Amino acid sequence: MAYERFESTPAGDPDSTALALKILVAGGFGVGKTTLVGAVSEIRPLRTEERLSRAGESVDDTGGVDQKSTTTVAMDFGRITIRAGLSLYLFGTPGQDRFWFLWDDLSQGALGAVVLADTRRLEDCFPAVDYFEHRKIPFVVAVNCFAGARAYGAHDVSRALDLDRGTPVVLCDARDRDSGKEVLIRLVEYAGRMHTARLLDTVG
Amino acid sequence: MDKDSTGEDPSPAGGRWYDAEAGPLVRPYAMTGGRTKPGPGNVRFDLIALVVVDDDPPGPAEESLLGPEHRTLLAQCRAETQSVAELAADADLPVGVVRVLLGDLLEAGFVKVSTPVPPAQLPDERILREVIDGLRAL
Ligand SMILES: Nc1nc2c(ncn2[C@@H]2O[C@H](COP(=O)(O)OP(=O)(O)OP(=O)(O)O)[C@@H](O)[C@H]2O)c(=O)[nH]1
Ligand SMILES: [Mg+2]
Repeated sequence: MAYERFESTPAGDPDSTALALKILVAGGFGVGKTTLVGAVSEIRPLRTEERLSRAGESVDDTGGVDQKSTTTVAMDFGRITIRAGLSLYLFGTPGQDRFWFLWDDLSQGALGAVVLADTRRLEDCFPAVDYFEHRKIPFVVAVNCFAGARAYGAHDVSRALDLDRGTPVVLCDARDRDSGKEVLIRLVEYAGRMHTARLLDTVG
Repeated sequence: MDKDSTGEDPSPAGGRWYDAEAGPLVRPYAMTGGRTKPGPGNVRFDLIALVVVDDDPPGPAEESLLGPEHRTLLAQCRAETQSVAELAADADLPVGVVRVLLGDLLEAGFVKVSTPVPPAQLPDERILREVIDGLRAL
């Protein structure tokens, strides 16, 4: 079938093979996810329409809700074109926990993730940190420096979050394009190191 | 239910039915005939999978049988190779719906879908280097 044929020509043929890489932007409610995606890329909302019953499987607060109804979840979606045939796609995940099922879809095959944190409520990013650690998805923690929140250094945050050694912590201003770019660069560098290390692991 | 339940055809204003309490009964998945999963091919389209038109598509006769949403998607694919996410955002349709519609187009041979290369299988580090340099140059 045509699909198979197409699929079985991996990165070999540079003319016909476009590469798409996926990066997730996660973090607690109102921490600046939309702002960050918008600062580094053209942003547009992406709608998913999900059966509530699916979403409700892991939580119990949907009792009594009509199982057949659907709920709309909006994600932030941005694209950065590196060159023809090489693009970076950014997905800002919804903040609420009840949308975990969306994360599973999003994180499959992702290059890595940015976990945005606000030092005034650091605990809001715990779920995201846990999620990516468990799934061995490379991530960086980007501390969004809201006014007056620059009291903590990257090291303090790293310790407070009990991050694995090597997990980068970057201070940033989500509104600033250069700052956002730097966060992404740190993530891509780190993801590269992680993938190389894993490759060596499986070889040796 | 509407007070007019005499068994006549839906009014011209309709084609869609409304229920004052529940809002439009035409749910997003109505345009897929209620299907919420792609067809027997059972392809799971990644959000960043790229959709290209098949270079040997079915003829115009078959194309004329496509529904409006299928055609809109096909036209988008013809205009430019795009990811599933972009197609959904541009068509202003929920991702789930677009996945089902694309499954139809794939099965009928109108489009082909690339599976994204998992980052761990990237051919070499050069690509990531290129991404980093590209980001710097933005
Ligand atoms: N001062 C300051 N304000 C910021 C910064 N980043 C975001 N904001 C503001 O904080 C608010 C929330 O930012 P959003 O980008 O909408 O946050 P979000 O994570 O997308 O929020 P949800 O999608 O609701 O979870 C907005 O009013 C932003 O303008 C920052 O670095 N500094
Ligand atoms: Mg947001």
